[in-house]
Amino acid sequence: MTLLEIKNLKVTFESSLGKVKAVEDISFKLMAGETLALVGETGSGKSTIAHSIMNILPPNAAVKGKILFRNQDLLQMSEKELSQIRGKEISLIMQNPALALNPVFSIGHQMTEPLVIHESLKKSKAILQAQDLLKRLHFKGPGVAIKSYPFEMSGGMKQRILIGISVILNPKVIIADEPTKGLDSRLKTMVLEELKLVKEMEHSSMLFISHDLHPAREISDQIAVLYAGEILESGLTVDFFKEPLHPYSKGLLESLPEKGFKPIPGTPPSMIHPPEGCKFHPRCPYKKEICTRKMPDKVTIKGRDVKCVLYN
Amino acid sequence: MKSRTFWNRSGLILVAFFVFVAIFADLIAPHSPWERFEPYTKPSTKHWLGTNDIGNDILSELIHGSRASLIVGVGASAIATLLGLFIGLISGYFKGFADELLMGVTDIFLMIPRIPLLIILAAFLKSSFWIIMLALGLLWWTSTARVVRSRTLQVREMDFVTSSKCLGFKNRHIILSDILPNIFPVALPKFMLTVATAMISEASLSFLGLGDPSMKSWGLMINFAFIKGGLINEMWWWYLPPGICIVLFVFSIVLLGFSFEEEKKVAIK
Repeated sequence: MTLLEIKNLKVTFESSLGKVKAVEDISFKLMAGETLALVGETGSGKSTIAHSIMNILPPNAAVKGKILFRNQDLLQMSEKELSQIRGKEISLIMQNPALALNPVFSIGHQMTEPLVIHESLKKSKAILQAQDLLKRLHFKGPGVAIKSYPFEMSGGMKQRILIGISVILNPKVIIADEPTKGLDSRLKTMVLEELKLVKEMEHSSMLFISHDLHPAREISDQIAVLYAGEILESGLTVDFFKEPLHPYSKGLLESLPEKGFKPIPGTPPSMIHPPEGCKFHPRCPYKKEICTRKMPDKVTIKGRDVKCVLYN
Repeated sequence: MKSRTFWNRSGLILVAFFVFVAIFADLIAPHSPWERFEPYTKPSTKHWLGTNDIGNDILSELIHGSRASLIVGVGASAIATLLGLFIGLISGYFKGFADELLMGVTDIFLMIPRIPLLIILAAFLKSSFWIIMLALGLLWWTSTARVVRSRTLQVREMDFVTSSKCLGFKNRHIILSDILPNIFPVALPKFMLTVATAMISEASLSFLGLGDPSMKSWGLMINFAFIKGGLINEMWWWYLPPGICIVLFVFSIVLLGFSFEEEKKVAIK
């Protein structure tokens, strides 16, 4: 069953230097109970997709296309209708845990707020529920954690608390925006375990956003590779890591430490004046003449969708 | 570092002292401020600060005068701060049309010459204590609104506000429980400074004879000393103490306000 469907999403930002084409014509589906990883370099539009699903983009953003959640278009909804969906049905784990917690309230207050507001639970009951959740997430000393303030916690703890807050209402879709960013490898594993756990607890779906291929490989069923606001390749994660099809995907995998750390030459393109034709062509080792003129159409090959002339 | 805490502490002690005196004025004052003795006496053991033109004990007047100053100051400042918070939060959070409108109104209020307007108001309306307080409060909210708005603009872009939005909280809840507590460190010193300005304005009005004659305040005492010949006859015990009290009280409140501001700087870091 399709839970969340993005159809031809296009997001542009108005800026003093010109239009920033952050997301260009992106479509994907998120099935119930499935994890989809969105991977790509910084500035490839990953977070913009997450923010457009939550409808929290800044006012200078123009969004086109459809974001269907249970066949209802989120982009057409009023703030009031959205507040019934945010947190309860779809929740976002924000990118920067140090800033995403309110500095003046205790963790307990912030964890119970969603329960008190959405489910009109009594504070004392909500505290118990929050403690219970932390316990299930293998949090050491949930009683102490609940009484402490954000400044008393380390980055990893804050990230895990943030995951707790985001899933306390058992949302159907969890969007994790770079949850492993800035954590050491031990904490990374811990956070990933936690995400798997919360996902399985409530059979939710997850949209996992990362620039890091390792966690994406570990956690996801499906993967989509973004480059300059476009999905270049998408398909089953297992297949993708076995045999990447798109030249960019190949480059990404080769740049991993265990494959020899070979960087992709060049830099990501300007999002204001992206290159003509295929956006990857200036950095592509298999470049053909046609690549500079025309963006290749999506073809399905070996169960995966690829946008490259090599397969046309 | 050490001198800063010294000033903060002395501000706190002085304010506490004045508040204490104001609350327990009836117990502390040797006489009722309305009780009449021999007029124009010099300071003596019976009347520490002498008596005024109609024979009221000046020390008792002084002690009771702290009440009027304090109530006007705190009351006016409370009105001004509440109004400023409300307007600042609304215009900073919602931006757009609400912001343009409210900040336009603020601009208009900023243009009004406040003391002259108060003089006119006091002259035409019944010169009642409560009206003065209300008028002061309704005129002094502008800078608070500006400061609150700018801080709101800053806080509303912070990630925890976005995060609250993502959890489906309504605007009212976000304003009251996410933004307001983070505005407090700015609003509190502003409140203290407004108390000081309101007290000075009340004293100026009373000195000009536009105060409430039924409520003895320090400004009113100086006014009487001035018009009933205290100044010409060099009766310093009459006009100097209320002046010193005004300066000292305002000074201590400003010190206290500054100490909150210092804390705010630390907190923001």
